[in-house]
Amino acid sequence: MSMIFGVPLAVLSGQLLIGIINGAFYALLSLGLAVIFGLLKIINFAHGAMYMLGAMVTVLMFNALGVNYWVALFMAPLLVGAFGVVIEYFLLRRIAGQDHIYSLLLTFGVALIIQGVLINWFGVSGLRYTMPDMFKGGINLGFMFMPYYRAWVIVAALLVCFGTWFVIEKTKLGAYLRAGTEDSQLMQGFGINVPLLISLTYGFGVALAAFAGVLAAPIYSVTPVMGSTTLIVVFAVVVIGGMGSIGGAIITGILMGVIEGLTKTFYPPASSAVIFLVMVLVLMFRPSGLFGKEA
Amino acid sequence: MTMMKKLLTSAVASTLMASGAQAAISNDTVKIGYLADMSGTYRDLAGPNGQSALEMAIADFGGSVKGKKIEIVSADDRNSPDTSSSTVRRWVENENVDMVAGMVASSVSIAVSKILEENDKLGIISGSAASSITNEHCTPNHIHYVYDTYPLANGTASAVVKEGGKTWYLLTADYAFGHSLESDVRRVVEANGGEVVGAIRHPFPTQDFSSFVLQAQASGADVVGLANAGADTTNAITTASEFGVTQSGQTLAALLLFLTDVHALGAQTAQGIQLTTGWYWDMNEETREWSDRFMDKTGVRPTMVHAGIYSSTIQYLKAVEATGSDDAQTVRKQMMDTPINDMFAKNGKIRIDGRMVHDMYLAEVKTPAESKNEWDLYKILRTIPAEESYRPLSESKCKLVKN
Repeated sequence: MSMIFGVPLAVLSGQLLIGIINGAFYALLSLGLAVIFGLLKIINFAHGAMYMLGAMVTVLMFNALGVNYWVALFMAPLLVGAFGVVIEYFLLRRIAGQDHIYSLLLTFGVALIIQGVLINWFGVSGLRYTMPDMFKGGINLGFMFMPYYRAWVIVAALLVCFGTWFVIEKTKLGAYLRAGTEDSQLMQGFGINVPLLISLTYGFGVALAAFAGVLAAPIYSVTPVMGSTTLIVVFAVVVIGGMGSIGGAIITGILMGVIEGLTKTFYPPASSAVIFLVMVLVLMFRPSGLFGKEA
Repeated sequence: MTMMKKLLTSAVASTLMASGAQAAISNDTVKIGYLADMSGTYRDLAGPNGQSALEMAIADFGGSVKGKKIEIVSADDRNSPDTSSSTVRRWVENENVDMVAGMVASSVSIAVSKILEENDKLGIISGSAASSITNEHCTPNHIHYVYDTYPLANGTASAVVKEGGKTWYLLTADYAFGHSLESDVRRVVEANGGEVVGAIRHPFPTQDFSSFVLQAQASGADVVGLANAGADTTNAITTASEFGVTQSGQTLAALLLFLTDVHALGAQTAQGIQLTTGWYWDMNEETREWSDRFMDKTGVRPTMVHAGIYSSTIQYLKAVEATGSDDAQTVRKQMMDTPINDMFAKNGKIRIDGRMVHDMYLAEVKTPAESKNEWDLYKILRTIPAEESYRPLSESKCKLVKN
C-alpha cells in the first residue's frame, strides 16, 4: 500500500473526506456569523447557543410530538429564527450603532442564560435522538466506510451555503439588504422597511445555526453545552476567512475542516489548537483575513 | 505597642488552637466544602445531585455531630485545576473548611490534594478515576473512595481479552485521567497475553470522533478501547455505531461508563457493552431503598459517585463523632481503623495510601427487551473481590507505603 509520511493513502483519503464533512459544518455555522456581522455589524456570540437550540428543539419536538427529521429540518430553524427576531427586536435594536463590544457582550450574556437554563432542565449527559431509518447504514468506498448520513450532511450544508451566498450577492433582495445596512436613511426614503429587514436578517443568520444544529442532532450528543466549544472554533474560522466575507466563510470553513482532519491523523493532540495557530498566522500576515477587504 | 500586643496575642492563640486541634472540633463547626463540576461535561455524574447526596448524609446523621453544627459550602470546579486550587485555598485558609468532598476531574483532585496536604486538611475524592491519585500522587491528607482506573482496566479489559479480544487500539482522553487509564489497560491487556497495537490521544473534550474512529478501524485491531469519560465516551460510542465499527467485526470496550452516560445513550445503542462499576442502584434491598429516597429528591437514579459521596460523608461524620475531633490526621486514622459496611460497600477498608478498597462489579448493559424502565440498565455479571480489584500495596509507589 502506498504511504504518505507514514500514513497509508487509504487512511489519508478517508481523513480528507471526514475533514470535508466537518468543514461543511464549520462552513454552515460561520456563514451565519458572517451574514450577521457582514450586514448588521453584530458580533453574535449567541451563535453557538442557537446551534444548540436547533438540535435541542429537534429532539424535544420528536420526544413530545413525534415530529420527524424532515419536518424538524424546516421547523427548528423557523422556530429558532423567530426567537432570534425577538432577541433582535427587544435587545439588539437598543444598542444599534454602538461599539461592537456591546453586541458581543449582550449576545454572550444571552448565550450564557440560555445555556444555563437548559442545563438546569436537562443536565449535560445529552438527549437521545435516533437516526432516521433511511440514513441508517452506509457504503463501503474501498478506503473507508461512508455512513449515508454524513454524505447527506455535505449535500445539505453545501446547498444551503450556496443558496445563501447566491441570494445575498446576486439577487435584488440581497442588494436591498446590503444597501439598507450601508445607508439605512436613504433606503427608508425609497420606501423600504429597513428595521424589518434587519430583524429578518438576524433571524435568518440564527436560523442557519439552527439548521446546522438539526444536522448535528443524529450524530452528536445533544447537550446544552454542545454550542460553547463549537462557537470558539467557528469564530476563528470567520476571522481567518475575513469578518463579514460570505464566500470567505464558506471556503475557509471547509479548508479548516480539512486541516483539522489532517492534524487528527498526523498529530492528534494538536487537533484542537491547529485552527487557532492558523488564525494567529493569518492575523500576523493578513490582518483582514484571507478573503476580507483591506481596511 | 498595640501592634506588638496584637501579634503576640494572635501567636499565642494560634499555638493554642494548633495544640487543641487534635481533641476538639475547630470553630465549633464541622465545615464541608463540596467541590465538583456543576455545569460542564461531568456535571451529571456528580454535580448538583452529588451535593444532594451530601445533604442527605448530613440529614441522616442528624444534622449535627457532638452537638456541633455541620455546614456545607460548595463551588463549581469548572474542570480546572487552577480554579479549584484557588477555591480550596480560600476554603481552608480563610473559611475554616475541614473536609473537601466530591472532586471529579483527576487533574483537579491531584491539584487540590497538594493544597490539602500543605494545610493539613482532609479530602475525600469520590468522582475521580486516575489510580495515580493514591499511587505517585498520594498524600496523608486524602482518601480515594469509589473506584479508580486500576479496577476499571482489571474488570473490563481482562474480561474482553479472555473473550478473544487480543489486539487493542485505544482512544485516550489527553489528560491525567486518560493517561492513567491507558497505562492500566496496557498492563492488563499485556498481562493477559494481548497487545496494544496503537493509541490516539485526543483533546479533551472532543465532539467529533469520526476521524479517530476511522483510524481505529484502519488499524484492524480486535478491540477499540475507549479510555475517556462522559460526553467524550458517549460521542465516541455514537460515532462508532454510525461508522459500523461492530459490524466490521471489532469489539467496542468502554472502560469508564457512568449510569448517566448509559442512560443518555439508551439501551438500544448501548446494549451489550461491558463495564466495570463500583456500585449499582439496583443490586439489593438496601441500595434500592437509598436510591428511591435519592430519586425522590433529585428525579434521577444515583451513579456510583453519588452513592460514594453519601457513604463517605457518613463515614467521615462517624469518625468525627468517635474521636471528637475534626483534625485531618485523627479523623483519617479513625476512618482507616473502621471497616465500611453500608449500602455502598461491604467490608470496605481504607488503606494507608488513602485507597478505599471494596468489591467491584463487572456489568453488561441490558437489551431494550430486558430493560423494564429507563434506569433499568445493568445486569451484574460478576463480583470482582476487593483484593483482586485494586493495585496491591506491594506494587505501590506511594510515599506513605514502605516497600
